[in-house]
Amino acid sequence: MKHVKTINGSTLKDSLKKGGCGECQTSCQSACKTSCTVANQSCEKN
Amino acid sequence: MIHKFSLFGTNIVMDVNSGAVHIFDDVAYEVLEHYENNSHERIVELLSPKYSSEEIDEAIKEINSLKAEGMLYSEDVYEETIALWDQKPVVKALCLHICHDCNLRCKYCFASTGDFGGQRTMMSAEVGKKAIDFIIRESGSRRNLEVDLFGGEPLMNFEVVKEIVDYAKSREKEFNKNFRFTLTTNAILLNEDIKNYLNENMQNVVLSIDGRREVNDKMRYRVDGTGCYDDIMPKIKDMAQSRGQDNYYVRGTFTRENLDFSEDVLHLADQGFKQISVEPVVAAKDIGYDLREEDLPVLYEEYEKLAYELVKRKKEGKGFNFFHFMIDLSQGPCIAKRLRGCGSGHEYVAVTPEGDIYPCHQFVGNTEFKMGNVMEGKLNTDIQEHFKGSNVYTKEECSKCWAKFYCSGGCAANSYQFNSDINIPYKVGCELEKKRVECALWIKSQGF
Ligand code: SF4
Ligand code: SF4
Repeated sequence: MKHVKTINGSTLKDSLKKGGCGECQTSCQSACKTSCTVANQSCEKN
Repeated sequence: MIHKFSLFGTNIVMDVNSGAVHIFDDVAYEVLEHYENNSHERIVELLSPKYSSEEIDEAIKEINSLKAEGMLYSEDVYEETIALWDQKPVVKALCLHICHDCNLRCKYCFASTGDFGGQRTMMSAEVGKKAIDFIIRESGSRRNLEVDLFGGEPLMNFEVVKEIVDYAKSREKEFNKNFRFTLTTNAILLNEDIKNYLNENMQNVVLSIDGRREVNDKMRYRVDGTGCYDDIMPKIKDMAQSRGQDNYYVRGTFTRENLDFSEDVLHLADQGFKQISVEPVVAAKDIGYDLREEDLPVLYEEYEKLAYELVKRKKEGKGFNFFHFMIDLSQGPCIAKRLRGCGSGHEYVAVTPEGDIYPCHQFVGNTEFKMGNVMEGKLNTDIQEHFKGSNVYTKEECSKCWAKFYCSGGCAANSYQFNSDINIPYKVGCELEKKRVECALWIKSQGF
């Protein structure tokens, strides 16, 4: 493509297939303790 | 749903439901402006004074093909999948309030300077062990369990910390569990022995400091009113260094009194810290240092400034991590987690020195939310279900929000503090969150 550069594909939809194991870290624990950004967590399976 | 914005000359387009993120050039970005409501011919007509019809034509075709591939204007297919993951609730993370007391008297402390609105008390090893038994039992088949050793100031009750950690470890094998510990401390009591112990036993250490000396000392002071910066800075530096600048966070809070908080983040970076988290205060409305809607424009600018500086430093090989700008686009959490958020009140609970269970550390002391006691071991499942049932689709604001799969519905405690309802998010928090996600996407677009 000439006008659009894709920097990330349909990763959310793809995660439907493997998701939901629940082994990952809970959000607040890692650093924040007052507010929540879940997207910066990582998946245990990666 | 799509979300588009320009920052520092880069046009970024996110397809909310698929998770795709694109950089558009100016023609394509303008085409997108008209794309949904106009025919191909009409778009060419509208934009042709500015761009050649060939370029416009190409851009439209590229957008068409992204749409066909499900990477633009894709449908939300997740709401019905929530039910699939709706298993019996499991508790997999604990926040242990090792001590409801503190050797500082920080002005903004949500724990009311350590006592959480109650007595100054210490957790006994017995309660701590019962809490470990409780999470082992309530976690079902989950293997990875997290325990955050929290306060007040947990190092004021360090012997109990050690006993609890030993006990948890001694149970791992039998129950097929893997405990991960985090300790949050103000660093006042750190010494060589404690440092070594923490490095051996804690997966993560959270070290509280707000940034510049004058900012830190105005908020974080001792019982006698003197600031703690000079005391803690060398200890925190040493701790971070001893962990190889990884698996820790320096954690600060900004308030209305330092709206220029990017200076504090950069101050911490200049001190050599690589893992930095500085966050907006959670405070009652009109308490003085609470962040207000009128502060938002300044705060937006601060986040942008910080993103710009961060990229600049990364290019120079002097980068650092800013927790709220870290987004793992390709390997981040699965959608199941993104819909649910922090897990407070069902996956994650807090335990007080007396063993009382609350949905999270921010709810401690609000007896309406008391869920039980570890000594009795029974959980109030109504409260648990109430929290578990809350997700980005049950919150009206969130279901319409483009940032929902990144923010995951915000902080229940914040929502409750401001709107007396865990399902109505706190507006200022939302606006800041959205700005942070934009900045994070821009950082990605720059290759970092
Ligand atoms: S930013 Fe606000 S509205 Fe959007 S998902 Fe987060 S809490 Fe919900
Ligand atoms: S409700 Fe807020 S403070 Fe409590 S665990 Fe969730 S994000 Fe953290």
